[in-house]
Amino acid sequence: MRKKCLSEGSEWTFELIQRYEHEIARVAAHYGLDTYPNQIEIISAEQMMDAYSSSGMPVGYNYWSYGKQFIAVEQRYKRGQMGLAYEIVINSDPCIAYLMEENTMMMQALVVAHASYGHNSFFKGNYLFRTWTNADGIIDYLLFAKNYISQCEERYGEEAVELLLDSCHALMNYGVDRYKRPTRLSAQRERARQQEREAYQQSQVNDLWRTLPVRAMDESFVTDEARFPGEPQENLLYFIEKHAPLLEPWQREVVRIVRKIAQYFFPQRQTQVMNEGWATFWHHTIINHLYDEGLLSDGFMLEFMQSHTNVVFQPGYDDPRYSGINPYALGFAMMTDIRRICERPNEEDRQWFPELAGSDWLQSLDFAMRNFKDESFIVQYLSPKVIRDLKLFAILDDDSREALEVSAIHDDMGYHHVRNALAELYNLGSREPDIQVYRVDRRGDRSLTLRHTQHNRRELGESTDEVLRHVARLWGFDVRLESVFDDGSVELTHSCQVPH
Amino acid sequence: MSQLIDRRLNGRNKNAVNRQRFIRRYKNQIRQAVGEAIAGRSITDVDKGEQISIPGKDISEPIFHHGKSGRHEAVHPGNHDFIVGDRIKRPASDSASGGDGASQDEGGEDDFIFNLSQEEFLEFFFEDMALPDLVKTQLAKMDDYKSVRAGYTPSGVPSNIDVVRSLRGALARRIALSAPHRRTLRELETAMEVLLAEADPCEPVKIESLQHEMEMLRQRIERIPFIDTFDLRFRNRIRQPKPASQAVMFCLMDVSGSMDAARKDIAKRFFILLYLFLTRNYEHIEVVFIRHHTTAMEVDEHDFFYARETGGTVVSSALELTYEVIRERYPSAQWNLYVAQASDGDNWSDDSPLCRDLLIEKIMPCLQYYAYVEIEAEKPQNLWMEYEKVRAMHENFAMQRIRTPGDIYSVFRELFRKRES
Repeated sequence: MRKKCLSEGSEWTFELIQRYEHEIARVAAHYGLDTYPNQIEIISAEQMMDAYSSSGMPVGYNYWSYGKQFIAVEQRYKRGQMGLAYEIVINSDPCIAYLMEENTMMMQALVVAHASYGHNSFFKGNYLFRTWTNADGIIDYLLFAKNYISQCEERYGEEAVELLLDSCHALMNYGVDRYKRPTRLSAQRERARQQEREAYQQSQVNDLWRTLPVRAMDESFVTDEARFPGEPQENLLYFIEKHAPLLEPWQREVVRIVRKIAQYFFPQRQTQVMNEGWATFWHHTIINHLYDEGLLSDGFMLEFMQSHTNVVFQPGYDDPRYSGINPYALGFAMMTDIRRICERPNEEDRQWFPELAGSDWLQSLDFAMRNFKDESFIVQYLSPKVIRDLKLFAILDDDSREALEVSAIHDDMGYHHVRNALAELYNLGSREPDIQVYRVDRRGDRSLTLRHTQHNRRELGESTDEVLRHVARLWGFDVRLESVFDDGSVELTHSCQVPH
Repeated sequence: MSQLIDRRLNGRNKNAVNRQRFIRRYKNQIRQAVGEAIAGRSITDVDKGEQISIPGKDISEPIFHHGKSGRHEAVHPGNHDFIVGDRIKRPASDSASGGDGASQDEGGEDDFIFNLSQEEFLEFFFEDMALPDLVKTQLAKMDDYKSVRAGYTPSGVPSNIDVVRSLRGALARRIALSAPHRRTLRELETAMEVLLAEADPCEPVKIESLQHEMEMLRQRIERIPFIDTFDLRFRNRIRQPKPASQAVMFCLMDVSGSMDAARKDIAKRFFILLYLFLTRNYEHIEVVFIRHHTTAMEVDEHDFFYARETGGTVVSSALELTYEVIRERYPSAQWNLYVAQASDGDNWSDDSPLCRDLLIEKIMPCLQYYAYVEIEAEKPQNLWMEYEKVRAMHENFAMQRIRTPGDIYSVFRELFRKRES
């Protein structure tokens, strides 16, 4: 018996969205998706652009770069060069999803399934988000950050704050702890402890620098002294916040804010393929489920198929529309393939994925979602079939050779190579240069030395000197950057002097 | 469990602050672009917004990233016919390596293009002339308003009651309210007629009750008030900025050999400023361009600023032509006339007295205002001497000397400062 369709036509109403949401929630529960409660907000196109240009932060402090991004998004949107994101979803508890008012009813339903159940369950389940973010505190924290920064502007002037933010943003990618769990964000506690922290931090810094001898340096004394920091430090912003000699307490707090926000977004940068793949897989599964139940009209379904196809469209490398691998396409293909391997494994699958083949697909997929990031997910799950379907091939670009070389293609010889090469591209550790705090000259000129460990002879790009000027601004003294080459030799490659 | 919230009315234009900060930060680049835009723009178009482009590398935000050197491996989709070991010529190294997965983090070098609104554009335009804020607002704002009618409102002061409107409303209300009663009344009348026609003697009771009912209805209709406060309509008036009809602006320029590009640029900026000033006061404005060396010609804007034809200098030729155009096309009874003349002041010495006479006798009596700017003259030239005599006789004649673009505004201000009338 066919039930009655939820709606005909493309207009949405609040009541309709609620009815769809209700059905989608039911189906999501049927598949065992575990989510934070949902908060769905209808916003205008302008508000969408706004959210888009501050990397999805619902409450952002004022900063010129967000204005720049807004202008860029607005320009492209107005000229029709890009559609707006259909949705933005915030990793918070409750999970906030924005729907744009221009969307059709079909799109709203798709977005609810995609964001409010797909992304939402990913945020709640994936180990990176569980470890590194605190969904119930983020909104409050962002509000705290916005207010704090605007207070600083009132007190110390907009320009001073802007310069400081420029420097912090330049190091944003180097403001995260990769291996150590951060303390939980809580606005309340932040406010309560902030004053206390200011005083304490300053006293710590003072203590560190009090060891500075007044008289001329004694060479032997210096060499005996333990190197500082004892171990190289990967979190540049954290190191600066704790140890930069000349920062005022409020400046330390701003460094901390940028660092905390960078940390909050860090898991998103590491799980793009998985997160989008997961959400896309679930909107596809849920909507089809509803259609099979007879709740969706054929018209709805046609429109849905078209949108879905656009989302997972992957042009080939020689297509003018090509701009790299589409994370939605790759992620969706992999998630769908995991289900296939579980349900209908063939000989190849049994060979490649003996554990997975024939297992319960819901459990296996849930396990995959929870325990990986893009890099390890690809190493673990990218199957020969997906490699063949996408016709993936690897190109080696080695500047010591004259030509580019095709290093592997989608054949028996190449599967492992392609898989590892692709995973490597999602390895943030090798995508971004490895730069750490190496040494502080506590007894001499107080200079800071960073070390860049080269990998595959890849040098730093042309904006390095400029970033070093930002480091120097924060540190307050000279900054040097040494490169460690592949053969282990070390050389000073960049330096920046602070004008005295 | 799920909440649905309508946020569409919240915080519109939240990004305005960030946009302002962006514009403030790139002031110099934007100012330069505005300067270039003005140079290439026609006078009448000058107050439109502008598309500004800033080189991408100027506004990219620096981060640590890999350069192009070393060993990179990329994975791409859509292979048709490559096999392992194929060699591909390295693409030209510049910007051509578009979809290179490994170097995606590098900021693009494309120009960053965006639109300045008209207001932002004028802000920069004026800033280029180092305007004091005070006057900028005076220029941008209009002080005169006229009160115009704008429909009717249901409330107001008694003197504004529109009687006809109010009565019309009352009539409509009475018709609407009494319609059902009158319909019943008509039905009763028909019934009565039928009864009377049958003249059945045993129906007096019925007739009486009918009559009573009809009487009640008539009273109810009567009781509907003739006019109600609800019907009152008041004439609504709003204040509208009041541009005063039409004006014509004559741009006179000396194009003798000494008026080089830099001098013409100063002249153009001066004319633009005058045009902006006038458009804020007049609904309709025309511009006449007259260039002269030994003879004068009316030309279009492009020729005015860019034609290269040149020769000696006879200023009076331009004044004569101006007078002719005024007589033929712009009778001073119907037009507000403005003349702005730019010259380096070098004139044939026996022509300058002629100019003086032409101005005093013929032209000045027709004009609202005559502004003469002498651009980059070493010392007052003979034309200047003669013009001083005109200034002595006519209050609405002004003259100033300009050395650099920075002087334009203060000169302009001097020329057009509010004088007591």
